[in-house]
Amino acid sequence: MNMNERQRPPVPRWVHGLLMGIIICLYLPDLMMFWRAFTDVQPNGENQWTLKWFYEVFSDPELLDATGRSLFIATMSAVVATALGSLAAIALVKSQFPGQKILQNLAFISLVLPEIVFALALLGWFITMQFSLGSTTVIISHTTFCLAYVITTVMGRLSFFDPAIDDAARDLGASEWQILYKITLPMLKPALASSFALSFLLSFDDFLITFFVNSVGNDTLPVKLYAAIKYGVTPKINALSSMLFVVSSAILLIFFKSSLLGGRSEKERGFQLGDVRLGK
Amino acid sequence: MLAVPALIWLTAFLLGPMLLVLVVAFLKKGTYGGLLWELDFTHWTQIFNDSYLKIMFLSFVQAFATASLTVAIGFLLAWSCSTLSGGSRKWAIGLIALPSFLNLIVRIYAIKLFVGFEGPLQGLLRFLRIPFDEFYFSSNQSVVFWGMFSSYLPFAFLPLYAAMEKFDFSLIEAARDLGANTVQTVFQVLIPNLKRALMGAFVLVFIPSLGEFIIPDLLGGAKQMYLGNLISEQVLRARNWPTGAALAVLLISAMLIFYFLGARPNGPSSEPRR
Repeated sequence: MNMNERQRPPVPRWVHGLLMGIIICLYLPDLMMFWRAFTDVQPNGENQWTLKWFYEVFSDPELLDATGRSLFIATMSAVVATALGSLAAIALVKSQFPGQKILQNLAFISLVLPEIVFALALLGWFITMQFSLGSTTVIISHTTFCLAYVITTVMGRLSFFDPAIDDAARDLGASEWQILYKITLPMLKPALASSFALSFLLSFDDFLITFFVNSVGNDTLPVKLYAAIKYGVTPKINALSSMLFVVSSAILLIFFKSSLLGGRSEKERGFQLGDVRLGK
Repeated sequence: MLAVPALIWLTAFLLGPMLLVLVVAFLKKGTYGGLLWELDFTHWTQIFNDSYLKIMFLSFVQAFATASLTVAIGFLLAWSCSTLSGGSRKWAIGLIALPSFLNLIVRIYAIKLFVGFEGPLQGLLRFLRIPFDEFYFSSNQSVVFWGMFSSYLPFAFLPLYAAMEKFDFSLIEAARDLGANTVQTVFQVLIPNLKRALMGAFVLVFIPSLGEFIIPDLLGGAKQMYLGNLISEQVLRARNWPTGAALAVLLISAMLIFYFLGARPNGPSSEPRR
């Protein structure tokens, strides 16, 4: 593969220039936000380094509440989605069953459904079914949209497995459950870790669906942030946003580290990146 | 057996809700915001009034422009990345993909801050003594468009990069040997060979951006409404479920059109699955 890469004809200079330019433009506002989080404008117009905005974030009980709630919701959704999604992925890759096509299509639909439709449909459903809105409905909703990402990630990993391993285990007298517990799941560990990290991140960052299906006074961190931006900006938002930026990047690092542990070649990982299609 | 829980879950919380939207779109609105379980089509004629049509048209134009630009730029970036050497390639891909994993609200806030009253953009304009309207940037369509472009760029870039990795680069060498210039190489070699990936990337951006809510809401002020804002307005403020559901059905139909045009599970957008 390296041989092949070296032979690639170069692109015109301006295309590389465009790449640099776009990357700079993408991050310039974020750098600006970091700088503002650590500075305070003095009455004489000078900027002074300070940590007081961070202190203010940590001494705001409402924000701490929202953070705790967000962490709880993200953990619960990630656990349920990873469990249900990985089992479904194993079934989809290793067997044929009635409803297979339905499951595949539902997973696909949830990946491409516009978020606003997702939010509206779930809210309508919860009201009709007389669920009381709150953390439970938020967790149910987050699990629903995380499932498809888990299924895609785990299926991607499973497709690199050698089916001969299962056959060998069966020849040696292993039952289907033993194969699942002793072979498939241990081999899937890295994919399960990335699915969990990914679901956690998607749930932790979600605004729109939470905004629809949550009850009043039960705000998660992104909803708090939205309200703060919409109705009067205070400097501590810079500190809060910067922290969220760093936390998300750290979780992301775990996501990639664990797919690195899977020991796949760079090319395959590149494909998976294109395949999993992250984002809101 | 293993798939049963997921199948039940998705039936209960995805299929059910979507069918409900389809039903509600043809029901009658109750006087106090509830629903009456009788058939009603009057709101279907109401949603095609002039101001709604204008909103739908603008959303369509916005989504179309976002998808076209992200695909065009994403294509060039993917090309550029695919010729970089190992280390810098990883960095470049990481940096372009990273924003799609980060909190959307945080990034939109950063943009708002950047173009805002005390931000560096206005500071620079003041420093250069270029006259401008200070309120111009607080609700501005080009700022909304930049927000859309920067948020959706990774969606277009990643599948295009995956396709570029599989592209046979000796074709470019052959074209150059035969005397093609850059423009000819792009339009007669690269684009025809990557057509499926380009179309897939376009759909991946177009569909979600058609219903985008947060970006116009936070960057555009109250100046211009888009389909996403209209739906949330109808449901959360006006409590007009049938109209909101009808608009959602319109969005889903736009999605289904693309689905039948070929962007489906085994279609171009997810080629590299196995």
